[in-house]
Amino acid sequence: MIAYFEQLYRARELLYMLVWRDIRVRYKQSVMGFLWAILLPTIIVIAGVGVRIAVSTYSGKGLELAAIGEVMVRSCPWAFVLSALKFSTASLTSNTNLVTKVAFPKEVFPLSTTVTALFDMMIAFIAVLIILVIAGVPMRPQALWALPLLVVMFALCLGLGFVLSAGNLFYRDVRYLVDAVLPFAIFFTPVLYTLADAGKWGKYIALNPITPVLEGISGAIVFGRAPDAWWTLYSVAWAVLLMGGGYALFKKLEDSFAESI
Amino acid sequence: MSRDSEIALKVENVYKRFSRGEKHDSLRDALPALLGRTARRLRSPTSLKDTEFWALRDVSFEIPRGQAVAIVGHNGAGKSTMLKQLSGVMRPTSGKITVKGRLSALIEVSAGFHQDLTGRENIYLNGVILGMSRAEIKRKFDAIVEFAGLTEFIDTPVKRYSSGMFARLGFSVAAHLEPDILIIDEVLSVGDIVFQSKGLEKMRSVVKNGSTVIFVSHNLRAVADLCPRSILLDKGTVLRDGPTTEVIHQYVEQVNRARASATDQDVTIEAVHVRAHSGPRKDFAPGDDMFVDVEVRANRECRNMSVNIKITDEQLNEVSTTSLARLGAPTLTMQPGERAICTFSLKNHLATGTYQVGAYLYRYDISRTFDTVHPAATIYIATDETCGGVTHMYPTVTVQRVLAQKTA
Repeated sequence: MIAYFEQLYRARELLYMLVWRDIRVRYKQSVMGFLWAILLPTIIVIAGVGVRIAVSTYSGKGLELAAIGEVMVRSCPWAFVLSALKFSTASLTSNTNLVTKVAFPKEVFPLSTTVTALFDMMIAFIAVLIILVIAGVPMRPQALWALPLLVVMFALCLGLGFVLSAGNLFYRDVRYLVDAVLPFAIFFTPVLYTLADAGKWGKYIALNPITPVLEGISGAIVFGRAPDAWWTLYSVAWAVLLMGGGYALFKKLEDSFAESI
Repeated sequence: MSRDSEIALKVENVYKRFSRGEKHDSLRDALPALLGRTARRLRSPTSLKDTEFWALRDVSFEIPRGQAVAIVGHNGAGKSTMLKQLSGVMRPTSGKITVKGRLSALIEVSAGFHQDLTGRENIYLNGVILGMSRAEIKRKFDAIVEFAGLTEFIDTPVKRYSSGMFARLGFSVAAHLEPDILIIDEVLSVGDIVFQSKGLEKMRSVVKNGSTVIFVSHNLRAVADLCPRSILLDKGTVLRDGPTTEVIHQYVEQVNRARASATDQDVTIEAVHVRAHSGPRKDFAPGDDMFVDVEVRANRECRNMSVNIKITDEQLNEVSTTSLARLGAPTLTMQPGERAICTFSLKNHLATGTYQVGAYLYRYDISRTFDTVHPAATIYIATDETCGGVTHMYPTVTVQRVLAQKTA
C-alpha cells in the first residue's frame, strides 16, 4: 500500500502535467475556456429557476431570492460531479497510447481528470460567489464549511472514477451507460430542489451520498448553517468506502490494463 | 555480492500468456460469459487453454551495467512483449524481472504529444511522460530544441508540423533522457537520412557514456553497429544469446529457411545454392570465384523464361544482379515436370559484410515476374580492413611529400 503512494508521489510531476495539459488546451482561448467552465452550471441554474418558478406558482408560496441562491450554489458541485464522472470514465481509454507504452501508476488518469473538473468548478464557484455578494447575500464564516464538504465530494467522485475508468477499459459500453444514467441522477439528487421540498421522499433522497454534501454546501454558503453532523459522516463513510474499495480494485486490475485495452 | 551489483537488469524464467481468442469488450457480451470466467481464475499460472498462447516462454538473461544488448527476431517473436515487461507496462504471468536504477523506454517517441499544444509545451509534456523532471527539462530545453532543428517553430502548435518535424521533436526529447537503463524500440527509423544518422550518432554516444542499452530493431546494420551482444527470440523463447555477429548469422539463416518454402505456381525455383569450385561454401574473400546454382522446375509448360539472380546487402539493397537474358544466354522453354539447373559464375568483389543471394524468374516478353526466392542464401565476406562499403576496390595509396618552398 505504501509502495503505491510512493509510486504516486514519484508521478506527481506527471499528474501536474496532465492536469496542466487539459486545462491549457481548454483555456487556450481564454474566453472560451471560461465560458466552458460556467456553461454547465448556467444550464443547471436556468433549469432550476424554471422549476422553482413552476413550484412557486403551483404552491402559491412565491419565489424567494434565497431559493435561487441555493440553486446557484448547488449547480457548481453538481456540474463537477457530472463532468468528473464523465471524463474519468473515459480517462484510460482516451490515453491508450500512454497506457500501453509508458510505465507509471495509472491512477494519474482518473485523478487528473477529476482535478481538472475541480479546477473548472472553482472558476464557476467564484462567479457564483461574486453574484451572491452583489445580490446581497451576506458571507459568514460558516461558509467555510463548504471546503471540507468539497473534499468529501472530490473523494466520492474520485473513488467512483477509479471503478468507472477501469470498467470502461474492459467493457467499452460502460461509458455509454454512464452517459445514459448521469442526466437522470438529477432526479435523485437535491440540485433543483432541496431535501425539505422532497417531503416524504426526502429520506430516500438523503441516502444518495451526494445529498448531504450538496445540502451542507448550500446551507453553509447561503444561510451560514453548519452541516448536519450525522448525515455528513454518512457521506464521509461512503467516500472512504468508494475511495478505498475503488482504489484497491483499480490497483488489482492495473497489471492487465496494457494488454486488455 | 560484488558481482551482483554489476548486474543492471536480470530476467528470470519469465512467462507471458496472451489470449488470442475473442475478447468480450462490452458488458452486453460479457455478462452471459461471466460464469465461465470465474471458473478460469482457479487455474495454475503455467497452464494454457486452446485460445491462449505463450508470448514469452521461460526467458532468462542478465545484462551487466554499461552493456548494449540488441534483441532481434521475427515479427511476433516476442520482442515488443519482452520490452513491455522490462519497462513495466505489463507484468509477466510468472517469473521475475529485477531492474537496478532508473529505466526509461523510448517505445514510441511521440506517444504523449497533444496536437493543440505548441512545440515548447509538448517538450515539457512529453519529457515528463518519459520520466524527466520539469527542472531537468528546463535545463536541457535549448539542447532539445537545437537537436530537433526546430528553433523557429517552437511556439507553433504541433498540429501545423510536418510528420518529419513531429518525429524529430519526439526523438529529440527522448534522446536527452539520461537514464541508467535505456530501452530503444525502432525509434531510429524516424525523419530523413540526415536526422537518422544524427540519431544513430546520439545513440552511439549514449552507449559510450556507459548507459545500459537494450535495443530492438530490424535494422541489422544498426544493431551490429551499436551492440556487441544480441539475443535472438523465436516464438517467445531465447534461441541464441551471444556475440552480435553470430546471432545475426543465425537469425538471417532462419529468415532464409522460412522463405524457402515451396509455392504452387506454373514454374518454381526449387533451390539456390552458392558454392566455390570445390563445393558448398559461404565465406568468400575478394577475388574468389563464386558459383550460384539455381534449380528450376516447370509444373506446366513454360516459355521464354529468364532466370535472374541478385545479391543484396542486409537491408536488401541491390548490390549486383544478372540474368540469362543479360548474359545473352537462351531463355528457358520447358515441358511440365522438366528441371533445369542454371549455374552463374561470378568473381567476388564484395567488401566485408553479410550479403543475401536470391533468384527470381522473369519473362521479358510479357514483363511478368514468376517465382521469387530472396533471400535464398547468405554469404559472408571477410576481407582485410583496407576497404569499407560494399565493394572491394583493391585500394593502395602513395604519398608524395611536397616540401614547402621558402620564398626569398
